Amino acid sequence: MMRHLLSTQDLGRDDALLVLDTAEYMATVAGRSVKKLPTLRGRTVVNLFFEDSTRTRTSFELAAKRLSADVINFSVRGSSVSKGESLKDTAQTLEAMGADAVVCRHPASGAPHRLAAWVRGSVLNAGDGIHEHPTQALLDAFTIRRRLGRVEGLSVTIVGDVLHSRVARSNVWLLSTLGASVTVVAPPTLVPVGVEQWPVAVSYDLDAVLPTSDVVMMLRVQRERMTAAFFPTEREYSRRYGLDADRLAAMPPSALVMHPGPMVRGMEIASDVADSTRSTVVEQVANGVSVRMAVLYLLLGGTREVP
Amino acid sequence: MTTPAPGRPTPGRPGPGTPGPGAPGQAGSAPGPRAGAPDSPGTAHTVLSGADIGRVLTRMAHQILEKTAGGNGVVLLGIPTRGVPLARRLADRVRAVEGVELGVGSLDPTMHRDDLQLRAVRPLAVTDLPDGGIDGRTVILVDDVLFSGRTVRAALDALAQFGRPRVVQLAVLVDRGHRELPIRADYVGKNMPTSRQEAVAVRLTETDGRDAVMILSEGAGR
Amino acid sequence: MTRRGDTAGGPAHEAGRWHLRGVRPLGGDPVDLLLDGGIIAEAGRDLSAVGATVLDADGLVALPGLVDLHTHLREPGREDAETVASGTRAAALGGFTTVFAMANTEPVADTAGVVEQVWRLGRDAGHCDVRPVGAVTEGLRGTRLAELGAMASSAAAVRVFSDDGNCVSDAVLMRRALEYVKAFDGVIAQHAQEPRLTEDAQMNEGAVSARLGLPGWPAAAEEAIIARDALLAGHVGSRLHVCHVSTAGSVELLRWAKSKGWRVTAEVTPHHLLLTDDLVTSFDPVYKVNPPLRTAADVAALRAGLADGTIDCIATDHAPHAPQDKETEWMAARPGMVGLETALSIAIMTMLETGLLDWAGLADRMSVAPGRIGGLPGGLTGGRANALAGGQAGGQAGGHHHPPVAGSRPSRAAAHDVHPAGAGALSLSAGAVANLVLVDPVARWTVDAGALASRGRNTPYAGRKLPGRVQATFLRGRPTVLDGKIA
Repeated sequence: MMRHLLSTQDLGRDDALLVLDTAEYMATVAGRSVKKLPTLRGRTVVNLFFEDSTRTRTSFELAAKRLSADVINFSVRGSSVSKGESLKDTAQTLEAMGADAVVCRHPASGAPHRLAAWVRGSVLNAGDGIHEHPTQALLDAFTIRRRLGRVEGLSVTIVGDVLHSRVARSNVWLLSTLGASVTVVAPPTLVPVGVEQWPVAVSYDLDAVLPTSDVVMMLRVQRERMTAAFFPTEREYSRRYGLDADRLAAMPPSALVMHPGPMVRGMEIASDVADSTRSTVVEQVANGVSVRMAVLYLLLGGTREVP
Repeated sequence: MTTPAPGRPTPGRPGPGTPGPGAPGQAGSAPGPRAGAPDSPGTAHTVLSGADIGRVLTRMAHQILEKTAGGNGVVLLGIPTRGVPLARRLADRVRAVEGVELGVGSLDPTMHRDDLQLRAVRPLAVTDLPDGGIDGRTVILVDDVLFSGRTVRAALDALAQFGRPRVVQLAVLVDRGHRELPIRADYVGKNMPTSRQEAVAVRLTETDGRDAVMILSEGAGR
Repeated sequence: MTRRGDTAGGPAHEAGRWHLRGVRPLGGDPVDLLLDGGIIAEAGRDLSAVGATVLDADGLVALPGLVDLHTHLREPGREDAETVASGTRAAALGGFTTVFAMANTEPVADTAGVVEQVWRLGRDAGHCDVRPVGAVTEGLRGTRLAELGAMASSAAAVRVFSDDGNCVSDAVLMRRALEYVKAFDGVIAQHAQEPRLTEDAQMNEGAVSARLGLPGWPAAAEEAIIARDALLAGHVGSRLHVCHVSTAGSVELLRWAKSKGWRVTAEVTPHHLLLTDDLVTSFDPVYKVNPPLRTAADVAALRAGLADGTIDCIATDHAPHAPQDKETEWMAARPGMVGLETALSIAIMTMLETGLLDWAGLADRMSVAPGRIGGLPGGLTGGRANALAGGQAGGQAGGHHHPPVAGSRPSRAAAHDVHPAGAGALSLSAGAVANLVLVDPVARWTVDAGALASRGRNTPYAGRKLPGRVQATFLRGRPTVLDGKIA
């Protein structure tokens, strides 16, 4: 198993499946009367968040606590890229605390990679800039597999601000590693130059791909993109790329609607779609804990030495 | 073959029918009992044949029926990997002898081990409890080899996560001695004194394609 | 390299008599050179020079002293990153006898006072000539012209003006700057980067940036400015120099501009001749540089452009940074790499060992051409660099030739010139100023970031084995480097 989880691009098929299989076990823990395992007793997990994200931090915290690890929440408030030089100092502080794992959320792409070079413990990327969010992709794959029984061979459509989405990047690599065919759908302004090197199909027409999609994953679209001329108006975006009841009806009956949250209701997803039985939004949150337990176990559950 | 009375095995004391110690081992860490090893004909010493294993399991099934008043309320929980098919085989034999249907399942103790950090991370195996759970039942943990006792200790902790059995017992195909914890088996297929440098390898048709119990010496291609 | 004889020159900082035995000028046949009185007094076979220090330079290639049009010395303001003294030591060790010090210091070199200060610091350090570059606009802000004339007529005799680090993006301001410096044969060195297209840009925009989630710096942002400025330079008949060209498209545009007969020159950095954007995958900011590392196709086009003369010269863009500005996350790190001590080796690796240039060509691209662009004395006599090279064609086979840049040097500036020795400073002929570098062409050395003379440790080549080692550098007949160490 790997030493760090920085990117789903580093994750081979066997490792990815190992995470998902391990998460299945962890999911059973949530159903027990005692939701706690002694596995990581004596291990210290630091949640190092340079960006506010209560939901992700809480999910990691719960996962670590269910495995009996000691959890330290280290929030660096008001940190910005311009103050980024403190990252190395922070890393040295964490070293001194004896952190076995650092869960890092950072506004700068690649920051967890740098951190990994400076600490002895494992680094888990909990979202870096617009680069990656590996545990989100793993929980999405886990959710798909639980609902549809498999990932391989499915058509997954990722819709929205692909350019600025770490969730999209992590999902593209992971889902294609697991054998899904991925299509990204966005206005051309929100598709990165260089996307032709990705293992995906690109479409600008959501309605054309919905009937053949087994999973439709909606990405959050921030309103401020509008002012930077990525699209003319919120209304136009919503009309062309938002998932409403009519579009939901155009999807195959078994197809899933996913969203990594937080949702902008009425923008990329209509409220009734978000709350429909086809939506996995709430499950995704629960599955997040199981997947993060699995990752923590696989990173910290063995010896430090390479066998 | 005589039936060894269940009891605290004494390391180094030859059990009935036990051949002499295997090839002299070399210094080094003691391999775990469950570690898979390629069979090396010529250096591996077969202690139980397939037929021997069949006889031993049949005897154990009888003992279980005897000690549990006909298998009433008994759940057999195999410890992965090879304890699981052994639990099924014991259940099959009990059914054949008495027509009684025991509960069968599996229990992975990995998350409760106290020695995780001594080795590379272990993949988790399936935990599958029979319908009806374990509360108030007689749970018999089934494993292939009893060695340090740490796996059983972890299994006892894991079991506590799922409920409160009335009684917990332990059945093992081989007891090779060298206990590190105050744990003993209630049903032992064969007491097999070994040196720490040796490894006991159990092969089962369900997992390995054939039935055999061997003693491997350190130099035997491990 | 061994040395014997009395040190007739006395203290190392004085030019003495040096008898260089068996050097190969521009890689040609071995000759002896006698340096005396700051010039190459004699050149020929088996010279005897009584009283001269003999330097047995058998097999070493002699090149005219290298000229770097693009160096950041960081002084004044960021002496923790580099000083004029440390930067010029690095320059001498890299074989340079002249560096042009960029204007983006603190305070900005936008007044006669600051450029004279930098010039004096260089003169006092004595490791190589420092020619300050003046800012085009006040404070590099891109809104008002700096006092270009005052800097030109100062003791520093500034001829090259640049807002490097920032683009002079206002088209009218750029036009005026190009026009204005004609009065003293100045040149505007443009940092070609369309600002709106590169807001927050972190790396080349393409397949790698798409994967890494780093905001992209599109090639078009460089090319759009080059096209615009070439048109402006052509329109007003001014000299334009393009800094650190990094894309294949820029090479095409330069080829087009030159075909029009416009007075447009360009430089390329050593790192853009070798490194590509896939190195960014490590997120190690040592690879963060502006303009960013591009693709392998761009590297190939830049090498070809340098070989055929479309790109005139190599310039280091030596950009030392303090550790805390590099040992950080990618997006917070400052762009730039140190380059003075590795430039010649990278040029040998990318241009000579590939057969794209010969030694004479390398001398042209690293000494003659940048000297000419920067208005150094002797820069106009670059053709003489071939005088002793056994008739080798200068540069690329086929010898693309630019029309020499016309224009005489105003007498006022000459009076203040840092080395008033006259023509020939960039030549190896008898009578030329004795600025030269001796290179061991077969030696290979491993870059140790901690052992660099520069205060900057931000070399992308740490641990790499590079070809070609500078053994000695002479500045007006005085050794600044001997045996590969500061003399």
